[in-house]
Amino acid sequence: MKLHLTRRYAFAAAHRLHSAQLSEEENRRLYGKCANPYGHGHNYHVEVTLSGPVDAATGMIANLAELDAFVGREVLDAFDHKNLNEEVPAFRSAVPTTENLCVEIFRRLCTFPAAHLERVRIEETGLNSFEYAGE
Amino acid sequence: MIYLTRKIEFSAAHYYHNPAWSPEENARVFGKCANLKGHGHNYVLEVTVAGTPDPVTGMVLDLKELKEILEREIMQRMDHRHLNHEVPELAGKIPTTENVAATIWNLLQPKITKGKLHRVRLYENPDLFVDCFGDGR
Repeated sequence: MKLHLTRRYAFAAAHRLHSAQLSEEENRRLYGKCANPYGHGHNYHVEVTLSGPVDAATGMIANLAELDAFVGREVLDAFDHKNLNEEVPAFRSAVPTTENLCVEIFRRLCTFPAAHLERVRIEETGLNSFEYAGE
Repeated sequence: MIYLTRKIEFSAAHYYHNPAWSPEENARVFGKCANLKGHGHNYVLEVTVAGTPDPVTGMVLDLKELKEILEREIMQRMDHRHLNHEVPELAGKIPTTENVAATIWNLLQPKITKGKLHRVRLYENPDLFVDCFGDGR
């Protein structure tokens, strides 16, 4: 029986879309208001999907308390109420688009020991979302 | 291939308890879900059927028929019930979202004869859901 378990989390963070490899005009043209120099923010929602056998003793793919603690430590503590460009090392070089955010959060969560990470899905706003399932 | 999804909601009580364990072990693993007096949820169930539309009716299956199957197999069994005590298919199982989703799959799969059951998605609350694909995918 193939089962996926999905848990949804939220964090609020500031970011600015700006590439050092582009001129100011190109950044402005490409990223529009997302390139404003002081940055802006979002309420992000993150869906973490796990798969694996259902443990016969617990009836669970993974203990949610363990997953919550892991996601809290690896992602929420590092991202919630932070400036992604300045306070998350991966975004000192990479632009913190939601695409790159998916890849970074997947990288941080794929070592979860109790189950296999299937997918990370992020809603930047209610109107757009991005998914990453690894390579 | 067309994927058709129908959604229903049911409310039920449950608790998590492994009789092979001490009360302390149950409390450690299951936290507040181990309270033997039980608690409840408004479950949301999305049932997805895959198929090709019938050339005459334009339908994968008759939605009215699917609605009746869901009413008979799920609503009458689980709505306003206690999952630990009143659902024979869950007897001896801990009614986690994983086990309830798999049980719903097993109840629906043989009943859906037009198209093929593709996915059962069960939300325990808006922040937690389980997808069951049977042996497929």
